[in-house]
Amino acid sequence: MTRSLNTPAELYGRMRLIREFEETALRLVKSGDIVGGIHPYIGEEAVAVGVCAALADDDLITSTHRGHGHVLAKGADPARMLAELAGRTTGLNAGRGGSMHAADVGLGILGANAIVGAAAPIAAGAAWASQRARSGRVVVTFFGDGGLNQGVLLETMNLASLWKLPVIFVCENNGYATTMPISTGLAGSAVARAQGFGIPGETVDGMDAVDIRSAAAAAVERARAGAGPSFLECLTYRFGPHHTMEQRIRLSYRPAEEVERWRLRDPLVIQAARITPQEREEADARAAAILAAAREFALASPHPDPADALDYLYASGMRGRGGEG
Amino acid sequence: MSTLTYREAVARGMAQEMRRDDRVVFLGEDVAAAGGVFKATVGLLEEFGPARVRDTPISEQAILGAAMGAAMTGLRPIAEIMFSDFFAVCWDLVANEIAKSRYMSDGQVSFPLVIRSANGAGVRFGAQHSQSVENWAMAVPGLKVVAPSTPRDVVGLLAAAIRDPDPVLFFEQKSLYATKGEIEDGEIVEPLGVAKIVSGGDDATIVALAAMVPRAVAAANRLEAEHGIRCSVVDVRSLVPLDTATILSEVARTGRLFTVEENPRLCGWGAEIASIVAEEAYGSLRGPIVRITTPHVPLPAADALEDHMLPSVARIAETVRTSLEDA
Ligand SMILES: Cc1ncc(C[n+]2csc(CCOP(=O)(O)OP(=O)(O)O)c2C)c(N)n1
Ligand SMILES: [Mg+2]
Repeated sequence: MTRSLNTPAELYGRMRLIREFEETALRLVKSGDIVGGIHPYIGEEAVAVGVCAALADDDLITSTHRGHGHVLAKGADPARMLAELAGRTTGLNAGRGGSMHAADVGLGILGANAIVGAAAPIAAGAAWASQRARSGRVVVTFFGDGGLNQGVLLETMNLASLWKLPVIFVCENNGYATTMPISTGLAGSAVARAQGFGIPGETVDGMDAVDIRSAAAAAVERARAGAGPSFLECLTYRFGPHHTMEQRIRLSYRPAEEVERWRLRDPLVIQAARITPQEREEADARAAAILAAAREFALASPHPDPADALDYLYASGMRGRGGEG
Repeated sequence: MSTLTYREAVARGMAQEMRRDDRVVFLGEDVAAAGGVFKATVGLLEEFGPARVRDTPISEQAILGAAMGAAMTGLRPIAEIMFSDFFAVCWDLVANEIAKSRYMSDGQVSFPLVIRSANGAGVRFGAQHSQSVENWAMAVPGLKVVAPSTPRDVVGLLAAAIRDPDPVLFFEQKSLYATKGEIEDGEIVEPLGVAKIVSGGDDATIVALAAMVPRAVAAANRLEAEHGIRCSVVDVRSLVPLDTATILSEVARTGRLFTVEENPRLCGWGAEIASIVAEEAYGSLRGPIVRITTPHVPLPAADALEDHMLPSVARIAETVRTSLEDA
């Protein structure tokens, strides 16, 4: 898969790929091939793609429980990602991670994190190492509007600002933390919180990949110049459930007309308007073909051998109780 | 040779490793300019400079997260959590992030970092600054857990912890900071996971950790002098990895096991050792395994109460004597 995200068609193509990935994954959840369900990213694709379009290959990201889009936008192989969700040896993490823990360190994906807010300080630490090595690498940490209310994020913004770390805080404000609308969760405003720590913050249209890319590019430039962290709030919406389990237990917490209203601002439609119909058809066909092959690859891959289940806990090779076997 | 306190040994061990490897960096509250609230890191800022020795805000989650992210990307951080009780405010980073992420990533990354923390009682600071929490750490797969009892072991085990490719929680016992020991000059590195037999005897084995080691030794001396009972005392030194071979062979020789633990009783580390010995050396036991611990309470501030809670030399000696006589 090409890593480049420069042209309008490439931006569209990557968003299409993420959409196709999530739709494929949803079918595999239904069929029982993906266990544990997923947090679908559908509706929010512009955020991951717009932000990653502003990054260089060796820049780093941390991701969230709703992380498939981030990982794919940073260049992860959709076939290995799908295999990870299906718990196969060929998965990005050989099945040890699952939907919420994709990591591909070689691609700068330090790991998705299922503890809300907890990836932020890890990103700051990587940014500290980058600052010390003068590598020019920047680190993006994605989190949701719910993550804004985790103390660890506030601790991290303070530290990052004090130490002028090359880290970019990207808040995906999709209006809800599970079932709770942001009005019940957030006092004040997201951007004002960042500004309180002396971090410049900006709110952007989270459905427009091009807008997001230019805001992210400014943040990247600032970080590379040694001027410290930035904060980006992307106003977006998830078109689907919080988690696939929600469909079974029929949670009801947002009006249907609200969902319909947001669907009119589908980020793929917005980006499609910037490319030719032919470019669009080609990208659609390519994404469909990649995912068909990915599905086949994932389902044909072997399940992990329980005999290896204790491996990879310790780098020293220690295994099991107290290390003795 | 020189005489060093346990607290001075901390700075010596860190400096030894920071001179050797400039990827080693250090962060924590009050650790740089002030040299640590226990004066355990004096001189490091002066020698290694503010880029490697960093004071942080009072943000334990950010400290450990920063250490973790830096460890994943080429540094070898040492983070200080001022009092081990404060692990409770950043346990997510320890138990969910640092400990699990290597496994979750199928071994793509490792976490060569050390978290040092002042642990345990003896300074009368009350319940939120005095608990021994090494058993919390031992309960988390993915961590290594070390607790030295002497200044020399502080240097050697800290050096090994810093060189180790895995995350190590390094517990410094507050009541030992002022204790002194003779340390040879030059580099000292002690392997992790090797227990040390600190006194010999055939009648019983006493297994102890950190501040309980000198008490166990004093109790063993008293038992021999007053009752002719000769105990071997094993300094566990490292709970993970655990040197079960030394413990099992000592118990096989003496037939009796006593543990002396500063942590509160339930699920203290001695319970794990007792279960290992019961499973693997049952046939050599001549009497019950007995655990001597702090009771299952928060530690009170008053000296008379705090002293009463911890295993004392008298309690250790008395427990061993009566148990051997009853058997
Ligand atoms: C520390 C923590 N608390 C609670 C949860 C359970 N949980 C998972 S996702 C979620 C909502 C997160 O909302 P937000 O940050 O807005 O992200 P979104 O799901 O909207 O993408 C919650 C409460 C968790 N994973 N971690
Ligand atoms: Mg949300």
